[in-house]
Amino acid sequence: MLASRHIMTMDDVTAEEIVHILDTAESFAEVNQRRIKKLPTLRGRTIVNLFFEPSTRTRMSFEIASKRLSADGVNFTASSSATVKGETLLDTAKTLAAMSCDLVVVRHKYAGAPQMLAEVMDCSIVNGGDGVHQHPTQALLDLYTMRQSLGKLEGLRVGIVGDICHSRVAGSLVPALRKVGATPIIIGPPTLMPARPDVLGAEVAYDLDEVLPSLDVAYLLRVQFERAARMPFPSNREYASLYGMNAARLAKLPPHAVVMHPGPMNRGVEITADVADSARSVILDQVESGVAVRMAVMYLLLGGADSGAAA
Amino acid sequence: MGYRVKAEVMDAEAMDRALTRIAHEILEANKGAGTIGLVGIMTRGADMARRLAERIERIEGTPVPVGSLDISFYRDDVATHLSPEVHATDIPFDVESRAVVLTDDVLYTGRTIRAAMDAIMDYGRPSAIQLAVLVDRGHRELPIRADYVGKNVPTARTERVKVLLAEHDGKDGAVILEDDGKGE
Repeated sequence: MLASRHIMTMDDVTAEEIVHILDTAESFAEVNQRRIKKLPTLRGRTIVNLFFEPSTRTRMSFEIASKRLSADGVNFTASSSATVKGETLLDTAKTLAAMSCDLVVVRHKYAGAPQMLAEVMDCSIVNGGDGVHQHPTQALLDLYTMRQSLGKLEGLRVGIVGDICHSRVAGSLVPALRKVGATPIIIGPPTLMPARPDVLGAEVAYDLDEVLPSLDVAYLLRVQFERAARMPFPSNREYASLYGMNAARLAKLPPHAVVMHPGPMNRGVEITADVADSARSVILDQVESGVAVRMAVMYLLLGGADSGAAA
Repeated sequence: MGYRVKAEVMDAEAMDRALTRIAHEILEANKGAGTIGLVGIMTRGADMARRLAERIERIEGTPVPVGSLDISFYRDDVATHLSPEVHATDIPFDVESRAVVLTDDVLYTGRTIRAAMDAIMDYGRPSAIQLAVLVDRGHRELPIRADYVGKNVPTARTERVKVLLAEHDGKDGAVILEDDGKGE
């Protein structure tokens, strides 16, 4: 049971609730190893995936999670909906509300879209990524993966490398790490840093090679060419040589450290193929954890709803 | 609401004897320990399963596989009630074609056992599911009965039955608790 009905930003969960979500996800991870990967837990509940932006892993991960919990999942894709006829987000939300669903996962190119939905809908909202703002379930599955790989969260030094200013992953991961007592360090070229990097509350660095030996996790971000107004660096090759993870940089990391990436990867830009596919990379573990973590979020948001209202 | 002890229904010796008898009954009904597996429902049922397995191994000389089961995700009241803590389920053997003996401390409405049977079925198709409990307090809401019972204890619905196990409570025994009338 969580105090908030929604998970729209990392502000909606406390440090204790994060640990509770990760512990619950561990039980769901066991289910995902079974031959019959299905639980009757959310039978009869309706979960809508409202995706206004393209997505492979997040949408599939939420969809698989809802199916494994026996909820009825409905997928909404902007390109094949009334959105192309000009329906606004609010009208779409009201239409969905009239069909009485229990949980909406929303991804939208504008920050704050989940909050807008929460105002007109009477169901739980999970933010599946809003613009360059937040992507909280990604941060939760990243924490889960770090805890699985390194055995703890407290005291970890996590270097988040690359396109910080366009990254909703960093937007959620930085506060999430701070809540659980880890240290986020944002590293990237000044052209890809937010205007006020200090407000994020992370350590700021511009030289990746200097920071590498102190890291427990090297978290590479995708360079979001589609969000950048113009090319933020002279060439992909220059970016790769200064901020890309490659075999030489992997060797500078402490031996226990792991490499993460939220996907999809620009192979050869922020990460080379040999590092992405190496034993030190836990990128596919992140994808695997995603299903269990999203099952835990759905279970904790939708379960016990009545007693929550009464208490 | 506070509770006070109304009666002790089982002491440590009685529980010890009941577990030994149940171990013998399980072996008799299944013609030995060769095809059985014990699965305890978290948390006290899991301790009970381990104790039964020790006794069965002492009697027969063969080890019996033991697992533990958390039924939070199978409850029929998920919409109104969430288990505060979900424990890991660990069934380290193949339930397929085995007689699974479910163990729990108290049998009451039968809803927990219904959920546990559904959970076991998700691991495979056991040849049989049997049920062993330390205390059967009546008031069933589903057509479920136990195959092995430590003690039948008539109770009122307003009362509570608490089984104490040394692993959790420092001592063995079972008590009936009743409302102490003091409110919050």
